[in-house]
Amino acid sequence: MSKPVAEGAQVARTPFGATFARGFGRTWLVAGYAFLYLPIVALVIYSFNDSPVPNLWKGFTFKWYVKLADDSEMLNGLWLSLKVAFFTASSSLVLGTLAAFALVKYRRFFGRTLFSGMINAPLVMPEVIIGLSLLLMLVSVQKAFGFPERGALTIWIGHLLVGMAYATVVVQARLQGLNPQLEEAALDLGAKPFQVFTLVTLPMISQALMSAWLLTFTLSLDDVVTSAFLNGPGSTTMPLVIFSRARLGLNPSVNAVATVIITLVAIGTVVASYLIARAERERAAAIAQAQRDDG
Amino acid sequence: MRRILDFFRRGRTAVIGVPFVWLLVFFLIPFLVVLKISLSEMGTVSVNDIVTFAEGSMQIKLRGASYVFLTEDSLYFRTYLSSIKYAAITTVFCLAIGYPFAYFMARAKATVQPALLMLVMLPFWTSFLLRVYAWKGLLDENGWVWQLLIGLHLDAGLASAGLISAPGKLMNTPFSLVIGMVYTYLPFMILPLYSNLAKMDLRLLEAASDLGATPWKAFWLITVPLSKAGIIAGSMLVLIPCVGEFVIPELLGGPQTLMIGRVLWDEFFSNNDWPMASTVAVVMILLIIVPLAVFNRYQAEAQEKAK
Repeated sequence: MSKPVAEGAQVARTPFGATFARGFGRTWLVAGYAFLYLPIVALVIYSFNDSPVPNLWKGFTFKWYVKLADDSEMLNGLWLSLKVAFFTASSSLVLGTLAAFALVKYRRFFGRTLFSGMINAPLVMPEVIIGLSLLLMLVSVQKAFGFPERGALTIWIGHLLVGMAYATVVVQARLQGLNPQLEEAALDLGAKPFQVFTLVTLPMISQALMSAWLLTFTLSLDDVVTSAFLNGPGSTTMPLVIFSRARLGLNPSVNAVATVIITLVAIGTVVASYLIARAERERAAAIAQAQRDDG
Repeated sequence: MRRILDFFRRGRTAVIGVPFVWLLVFFLIPFLVVLKISLSEMGTVSVNDIVTFAEGSMQIKLRGASYVFLTEDSLYFRTYLSSIKYAAITTVFCLAIGYPFAYFMARAKATVQPALLMLVMLPFWTSFLLRVYAWKGLLDENGWVWQLLIGLHLDAGLASAGLISAPGKLMNTPFSLVIGMVYTYLPFMILPLYSNLAKMDLRLLEAASDLGATPWKAFWLITVPLSKAGIIAGSMLVLIPCVGEFVIPELLGGPQTLMIGRVLWDEFFSNNDWPMASTVAVVMILLIIVPLAVFNRYQAEAQEKAK
């Protein structure tokens, strides 16, 4: 077998080898994307299935969506999940940005290794461990102080722990790519450190902040395990409702919810990436304009 | 001048201090609590505290009962072993599928690469729980994948390999568990590999070719060694969380596939045995601590290098 050929690298020996490699590469990518998207397509299609028996197609219907509108358990869960996700994403962004600044700007401080270890560990730590340990600690705290009750607040703490780690990684990657001379130039021109942050640094990392916010929002909206440990009576999030139904077997109401969520996420992603691309174009145009005016 | 220095000093303390204290309180201390509870025993209604105050003096009673029980009952040992086995199999499959995938992505035309990357990220943003649930439908009787595999008569082979219990039944088997885990964790393998491979200097391959290496040889001698950091980061991102995975075995694995995350869950939620659940967690942390350290080191190195 020939090594797949790099586009433009011209390492292919024979035209046949190059053609074969390109075809093989395309097939692999198409198959990979099919694997990634097959379940999503199936979820959507079967949400319109007019049969209570899963996997047997019996014609088109909207009835699962109509039922969804009366499903107060699911809708209450969705509302709670949205609230928790909003606060998780916003607070993850603040803590994550601080942590990213600490790691990028301050190369040496006491406990830096421990700090970066604690930032990275939640990215891979099995969720059952995070959920169990946080719960046991919060229970001890509650025994001693009578606070906090298990509920939306404790779920938020759990989500924030993981969300902060993801936000840090995203913001950190962007901060490292920045040219430090821009900030130094602003300082030289007399800007105060806080002004440098709001006028120079913040606009340059705004895209990363936006993706970090969206990522932590969706992570929180999706979480089952941490929420299961940390929830209390009356604070059942939507994934917990979905999970308890999915455990019992296939359920068309889950397909309908899934389709609604997937549609919203798809629209949100397209809009967000359009806005990001537009902001980027405008910024590039402004820079080009400034350079023309200069020259 | 002094005021600026003061600002920086105060700013520095806040920037480092706030997230640091938060992590200490909500990440590190909880682990110590788990360790403490794993060394206590269950009272009649709640956990007996290991620290008691009697007649003005503090007494500490450590109980290793749950650790002894963990070693005596072979079920725990077998479950740890099988969790590692499934996590390792998942990692190998993710690498085998993900490496070529990331490679071809990184070598595609520069203009289509952002779109290809977006397409890998997109399933990430849609609910993981719902995508795992979708596999339940695909693999159940008459599901799309069920029809495909049964139609190709692959079920007999899977059954003789011991991956499914009987021909014609794909759900609730090691096969469905591994499919679900590979599916869920594949993007975690692809993304670090892609960012690594996309940064590679292609002139090295030209040089190798000029010096007479075949493309295949250049791939193994240059591309693969240079992407070592991506391979390790991706593998750890898959391996470590898979060991303690709960949702996927619960929805796709059925009762026979032993996974330690489910044991922990049952000890806590069904048996209400907090010391036992904590002991299971402590031993799980000991199992993943070496891969965790490797992951941290490579993560830190990658972050230094990006500068």
